[in-house]
Amino acid sequence: MSIIEVNHLTKYYGKAKARGIVDVSFNVEEGEIFGFIGPNGAGKSTTIRLFLSLIYPSSGTAKIFGKDCIQFGPEIRQEIGYLPSEVFYYEGMKVLDLLNYSASFYKKDCSKRLHELADIMELDLTRRIDDLSYGNKKKVGIVQGLLHQPKLIILDEPTSGLDPLMQRKFFDLIREENERGATVFFSSHILGEVQKMCNRVAIIKEGSIINIQDIKTMQQDNYKKIRIAGNGLDETRFEVAGVNNLEHENGSINFFFKGDINLMMRLISEQEVADVTIEEPTLEEIFMHYYE
Amino acid sequence: MNIYKHEFKMNLRSAITWSVSAAILIFLMMSIFSSMAADAELLNRTLQQMPQELLTAFGMTNIDMSTVLGFYSFAFLFCQVCLAIQASNYGFALVSIEESEMTADFLLAKPVKRATILTSKLLAALTNMLITNVTVWVVSFVAINTFRDGRTYDTNTLLLLLVSLIIFQLFFLSVGVAISLLMKRVRSVTTLSMALAFGMYVLSAFGGMLGKDSLDLITPFKHFEPNAIVTNGTYDTPLVVLNVAVTVVAIVGSYMLYEKRNVHTAV
Repeated sequence: MSIIEVNHLTKYYGKAKARGIVDVSFNVEEGEIFGFIGPNGAGKSTTIRLFLSLIYPSSGTAKIFGKDCIQFGPEIRQEIGYLPSEVFYYEGMKVLDLLNYSASFYKKDCSKRLHELADIMELDLTRRIDDLSYGNKKKVGIVQGLLHQPKLIILDEPTSGLDPLMQRKFFDLIREENERGATVFFSSHILGEVQKMCNRVAIIKEGSIINIQDIKTMQQDNYKKIRIAGNGLDETRFEVAGVNNLEHENGSINFFFKGDINLMMRLISEQEVADVTIEEPTLEEIFMHYYE
Repeated sequence: MNIYKHEFKMNLRSAITWSVSAAILIFLMMSIFSSMAADAELLNRTLQQMPQELLTAFGMTNIDMSTVLGFYSFAFLFCQVCLAIQASNYGFALVSIEESEMTADFLLAKPVKRATILTSKLLAALTNMLITNVTVWVVSFVAINTFRDGRTYDTNTLLLLLVSLIIFQLFFLSVGVAISLLMKRVRSVTTLSMALAFGMYVLSAFGGMLGKDSLDLITPFKHFEPNAIVTNGTYDTPLVVLNVAVTVVAIVGSYMLYEKRNVHTAV
């Protein structure tokens, strides 16, 4: 079953018709960790805010758990955990008060999970939220988003402000939730973390989805990153179809290649080489390609 | 119920502050009543020598400062200004504070209808205003009976004044909410609530000075003019109906606007 179904979802803001997102369609299947990447302003948050009916679409629909986001909003949100990108706080509230307030919206008893999560994230429940650092506020956001063990977890730039150790704990936590059966929608502009976490990824650019792919095929079927080192290399030999971004520096040649790898091997064997590396490009590099 | 409790707690301190302020104001003003009333003759003569426009501006025409309620109505006017600011504050902040402090993302992502949120918030604000109202009631009775110096007053008229307060506040609360929802972003709650409360007061004052009846229609300070209530011993029914009608329209409108509102993050 598709957990999220997005159909031609479009959002323009205000009278000026400023672009939010245009004709976005995709599905997220049950049990997936679905990456949603793009630079700031591409429409990631707009899409998420439409899911939560914080804003309403200009046209198109979004369904979560097979139900319309607007019509069944409160019912759907019973099973959604959302970590907003911005930290928030009610003035003068203690961490525990806020978390209890958050828990009070759900039908189940969340107090045990609340304390477990606070332990994992090393969150001091007795402090006032106003006094917390940005990273600690972010932890409050994480705990309030997960304490009701939601079926769908929506993450909007979740790791900003967390130190590397906490990031790892956080990712472990998300993986655990995923293994428990939760579907994860993971929006980020940091490709490395998406690469580590996700099964599939959608790339959004200027409000439109430009590609949805399996992470593995995305890396395999696409380009190879090739680096050849050696003296007297003739880089002109590599100016063939399928070669991109050819660079010559410090006695080595770097480029991306897409095509028959045998052809490339023959070309390389013609050269007197000191070293050859052929590797998968990082998502970052693929991503740059889409944004060229 | 959880939102109501939360909202109530968030505003409780402000409600207590306003209650104490209003209580001190009434108590202090009434404490000078007996000495004023003793020289009432002199006071009334002094008042008559003042420019008529000034008296109208303060709602003091035909006021008899030597009577308990005549004097009290003067104190009551200041109390009205305070309570108008309180109610406007609650109104303008009610929904907008969630957006400016980014808690809207927290609250609206919870499994709860927007109408439920607005109802809970309105009821919480109403409860907080009632705390202030009850304080004003108690302090008014205590202060009047402490300082009346053997002079009598009509309890029914005093009750009319006191009952009017909450209706008066509901006007500012609901109009505040409606205006805040018509705006894309509320930058400063205090500025807006001061503007609304003092604006309405000034309209009432200038309306009196200019003799323009049309302004009576807009401002609650005219709908529930203390001097007029004390002088006539009754409300001006059409104006009260008008006041309540505006409140009802503002509340219904607020629900419609909030239901359709696109909630943005404050940047």
